Amino acid sequence: MNAAATTHPLRDSTTMVRRNLKRMVRYPSMTVQLIAMPILLLLLFVYVFGGTLGAGVGGPSGGRAEYINYMVPAILLITIATTVQGTAVSVAMDMTDGIIARFRTMNIARVSVLTGHVIGSLIQAFLSMAVVIGVALLIGFEPRASFGGWLALVGVLAAVAFALVWLTVAIGQTSQSVEAASSLPMPLMFLPFLGSGFVPTDSMPGGLRWFAEYQPFTPIMESIRALLMDNPVGDDLWIALTWCAGIALLGYVWAKKLYNRKT
Amino acid sequence: MNNAAQLAISVSGLRKSFGDKTVLDGIDLNVPQGTIFSLLGANGAGKTTTVKILSTLIAANGGRAEVAGHDVASDPDSVRAAIGVTGQFSAVDNLLTGEENLRMMADLNHLSKKDRKRRTADLLERFDLTEAARKPASTYSGGMRRRLDLAMTLVGNPRVIFLDEPTTGLDPRSRRGVWQIVRELVADGVTIFLTTQYLEEADELADRIAVLEDGRLVAEGTAEQLKRRIPGGHVLLQFSEPSGFQTAQRVLGQDAHSDGDALALRVPNDGSLHSLKALLDRLDHESIDVDTLSVHTPDLDDVFLALTGDSDNEKVIDR
Repeated sequence: MNAAATTHPLRDSTTMVRRNLKRMVRYPSMTVQLIAMPILLLLLFVYVFGGTLGAGVGGPSGGRAEYINYMVPAILLITIATTVQGTAVSVAMDMTDGIIARFRTMNIARVSVLTGHVIGSLIQAFLSMAVVIGVALLIGFEPRASFGGWLALVGVLAAVAFALVWLTVAIGQTSQSVEAASSLPMPLMFLPFLGSGFVPTDSMPGGLRWFAEYQPFTPIMESIRALLMDNPVGDDLWIALTWCAGIALLGYVWAKKLYNRKT
Repeated sequence: MNNAAQLAISVSGLRKSFGDKTVLDGIDLNVPQGTIFSLLGANGAGKTTTVKILSTLIAANGGRAEVAGHDVASDPDSVRAAIGVTGQFSAVDNLLTGEENLRMMADLNHLSKKDRKRRTADLLERFDLTEAARKPASTYSGGMRRRLDLAMTLVGNPRVIFLDEPTTGLDPRSRRGVWQIVRELVADGVTIFLTTQYLEEADELADRIAVLEDGRLVAEGTAEQLKRRIPGGHVLLQFSEPSGFQTAQRVLGQDAHSDGDALALRVPNDGSLHSLKALLDRLDHESIDVDTLSVHTPDLDDVFLALTGDSDNEKVIDR
């Protein structure tokens, strides 16, 4: 009773992160499915489309070798997108189970249930991206980033994952069922296609091209590409980080509001 | 509402509506410390809503509620620190083992490593889960899962425990196991707020019972007091033919509570020779063929049926 008013956000979050990591280990089919998707797309685009598309992306050699360097940023974003799809599913599983009611009636740091999901998913996203980059390296990906470039890259990817995870923690809470939760973040999977992820935006027709140039994933992918290839990033980095900050803030406020609702 | 310090739960004028549907329409309750209070009602009467408000899950639209001396609206964290809730739907993590579930609760209650180990082992032992401790909760039977659920609630040593239909869906043996645990808890000085739709359960456990009907309390008292509100018991008439059942229903319609599926009629009756004869004469007069007849002394079922309309909108016995 004496400790009624004090909460332990760090300790409670750690407990929740541990819970979420254990759940990922216990439910490996989901994790495997979430990593398999970007790897399949990587292989599909490199080996099936890469020979032709590579000619369109320019560069000295063209072809498949050039194309893989061009499209890895998109695959990394798709990896984050599939990971957060898993986040939405596990949040929805929590909400449909009675366990969340238990947490809500306990005197624990309120936000820890959500931060548990967020940090757990960030860890999962980075592990998945490491696997995807590993596969890409095996099939000919040749990044030219410096050590500082890699650090910056990790920072950008963390910002993107952080933003999208918070957004899907909110989305996961809005869905009435686990099935609905698994399909709601689908558009995130497609945004890299409707941007500069797989082909340069100047090859697209008018309206689509306008969308592709201004949607948030394009500056993000341009920044990642520039960092990987050790090219100057220019304004894209700041535009990308601003988008991430905005999405993260929106997702955080929305997720907290949904979690604290009392109707 | 005399001495607030002695009351574990005190509620006055509690109201809740969802949209234009009023679920709780001014509830008043007082539960002294160290007692079992049972809220009895049919599905949809507002039992779960009451528990949700008292356990800080949802906010009331009006009225006041204090749990363990703290206002649920203005000081929810202090309420949460004092309560444990076991809801109708199991609140265990199915992907974790029983032991991991309990350890998680120990961590969330900020126990030291040593206490965590002892508490987890104690509870596994007490709830007969030691053997299944390392298996995922998803593999547990309904009874085991409910025991784990209760054990998780107890990790934090709550002083007030809410049990929302704790035995719904359990087999009779598991149900008795839960009852035994509840009795032991109260012996330790814990206050229990129990909702149930089983009268037997309320009769068995509760010090005081309140009957909830359409968001209002229609009766409150000890099991004995409630039973006294019904002057006598009832006679159960069992028919073999629907025709006989229907005629009897028409003849006795004013007083009888009927169960059409079972072709049974429940007629209030004090069991005296005189009133039994009067009933038999009426049946005989209409030449109604009764299969079997049995005399029942009053139990809480009679109280419940007398005080509430049942879900099929059948005849309500008034009085």
